[in-house]
Amino acid sequence: MRFEPRPNPSKIMVLMSPVIAIALTSLVAMVIFASAGLNPFEALLTFLTAPLADIYGLGELLIKAAPLVLIGIGLAIGFRAGIWNVGAEGQLTVGVIFSGYIALKYGPGDGMWVLPVMVLAGAIGGMAWAAIPACLRVAFNASEILVSLMLNYVASLWLSWLIFGLWRDPAGFNFPQSEPLAPAALFPTLIEDTRANISVLFALAAIFAGWLFMSRSFAGFQLKVTGLSEGAARYAGFGVRRAVWIGMLASGAAAGIAGVGEIAGPLAQIFPTASPGYGYAAIIVAFLGRLNPIGILFSGLLMALLYLAGDLAQMSLGMPSSITGLLQSTMLFFLLTTDVFIQYRIRFQSSNRQGASS
Amino acid sequence: MIDQALPIIVATLVAGTPLIYAALGELVAERSGVLNMGVEGMMVVGAVTAFVVMMVTGSLWLAVFASMLAAMLLALMFAVLAVSFRANQIAIGLALTIFGTSLASFIGKPYIGMAIVMEPSSASMLAARIPFLGIVLSQLHPLTWLSWAFFAGVWYFLNRSRTGLILRAVGESPTSAHALGYPVNTIRYLATLFGGASAGIAGAYVSIVYTSLWTEGLIAGRGWIAVALVVFATWRPGRCFMGAYLFGGATVAQLFAQSAGIGLPSELMSALPYLVTIVVLVLISRNAALMRLNVPASLGKPFAAEG
Repeated sequence: MRFEPRPNPSKIMVLMSPVIAIALTSLVAMVIFASAGLNPFEALLTFLTAPLADIYGLGELLIKAAPLVLIGIGLAIGFRAGIWNVGAEGQLTVGVIFSGYIALKYGPGDGMWVLPVMVLAGAIGGMAWAAIPACLRVAFNASEILVSLMLNYVASLWLSWLIFGLWRDPAGFNFPQSEPLAPAALFPTLIEDTRANISVLFALAAIFAGWLFMSRSFAGFQLKVTGLSEGAARYAGFGVRRAVWIGMLASGAAAGIAGVGEIAGPLAQIFPTASPGYGYAAIIVAFLGRLNPIGILFSGLLMALLYLAGDLAQMSLGMPSSITGLLQSTMLFFLLTTDVFIQYRIRFQSSNRQGASS
Repeated sequence: MIDQALPIIVATLVAGTPLIYAALGELVAERSGVLNMGVEGMMVVGAVTAFVVMMVTGSLWLAVFASMLAAMLLALMFAVLAVSFRANQIAIGLALTIFGTSLASFIGKPYIGMAIVMEPSSASMLAARIPFLGIVLSQLHPLTWLSWAFFAGVWYFLNRSRTGLILRAVGESPTSAHALGYPVNTIRYLATLFGGASAGIAGAYVSIVYTSLWTEGLIAGRGWIAVALVVFATWRPGRCFMGAYLFGGATVAQLFAQSAGIGLPSELMSALPYLVTIVVLVLISRNAALMRLNVPASLGKPFAAEG
């Protein structure tokens, strides 16, 4: 058996690779269940279907999928151009800080304008935080990967400084949390009897805008060319600098708005930790969705389901909820492994050494 | 004066130690042309493995050995995809970090909040008797002493040994190295595994010696700082060694500030290592000529022998 490069990348494998990765991850999940003394099939079925048994569960799925899809699409725009923003978690956090300021200061005033301004502030916060690595990359050639990642830690410390200090709820029994957000600063619910709110609409809008940008706009085409070959892009006069700015700012804005969705939605309050790692999980969402808006919709829903399933496994099976992250990242690794077969195929006969088994 | 300076010196040396291991390991991998951004993931897995093995067996050296093996396993996953199958090294490295972090928090869950009690080793009692230096040495763990030997070894290997020369040739021009008959990808595998083992020790040092307990987020970006440190050092071991202590100093800046009576928010002090990393990256990267001169020419580019 040997691997040989395909003359052309396999289009079928591009689509099949995520499916195979999901199947393999299910196998790993079953092994984990079996080792915990459960019936692997039953456990997997319960794990994946029970969270969606009622309308409330569906709402929870949407509310978790919305930020993942939103950030995933933002990241995909950059990833396509070879711009690696790994700072979405920090950009989300700064989105929380900016919009949280508006919410805490003007929310009690009950103005209709509070929510739109919060969304705007969140987007500006995310973009401002993403502008730092973009600017340092463009002006000084500093790696946007390392800078954006370092800023995740800085943003998180900034938020904790606020919550442990200025923003701490005086009536909160000294817990590190802000005052509960005023009703004017909360997103209206979208579906009755659930917590699903209008952040779902933001995600849908992002899918449409992402599709429009990536496959229908000239700038999207330029970004794609930049990702495929920097040399070709430069030759055609498509600036890498512009790609850096577009890629970073788009994902920064998306992450910032996702941050608004967290505090104006399920949290309804500001805590020192802004998200359960959506900024990192969205990297997996983007890859699993093949950097394609429709693909990202599906992968976002799947990743959201894994969050719900993890909570369920913790409550009913007594497993650590970190099983969510483990399965999500296992899926990413399987995906990158099966992606090898986009470029390679397996030949079962050795071409130069007949009969040799290797 | 010495009474005030001593804890700061010791704390800087302690905080710099994991960076020495992790960054020098990554430096060797990068000199062979492999850009493994998964150092953070390998360190976290090394840290949790060492902690669990230490808890179960009580043997420090077994724990360190196990952490090296575990991190090497991750490095092997990286090498198969990135070296053999020429996948995008940045994507695989990122995946390795995400995977390692999740795996470690899954494995480490039952151990959260447990602590290791370290007895001063007989070696450090002996070291205390060394005149002048003994007072510092005895407060440092043997793994810190070993990091100096580790540095010397890496320096000698890269700059003075024939094998090191071949490794550098592979990183600079894999095509020429291949034409001369050197197994490019085998050398890259070995360099990647070496980077993995080093990240494993670095992780073990953090969980066993530095904090002596396991919590999530224990590594806190040290793996990424190590990657940045290699750039800062312009791929030279000597600068990498000194840089590790610079960052170690930034990590314990809180102590400096306290002894000087400066009252800054603790969050700002905690953010210092990350901010220093950014500033230093900018200062080094802005000099395009310096970067071009020093970066291994094939860094991040996979190699395949044609025909």
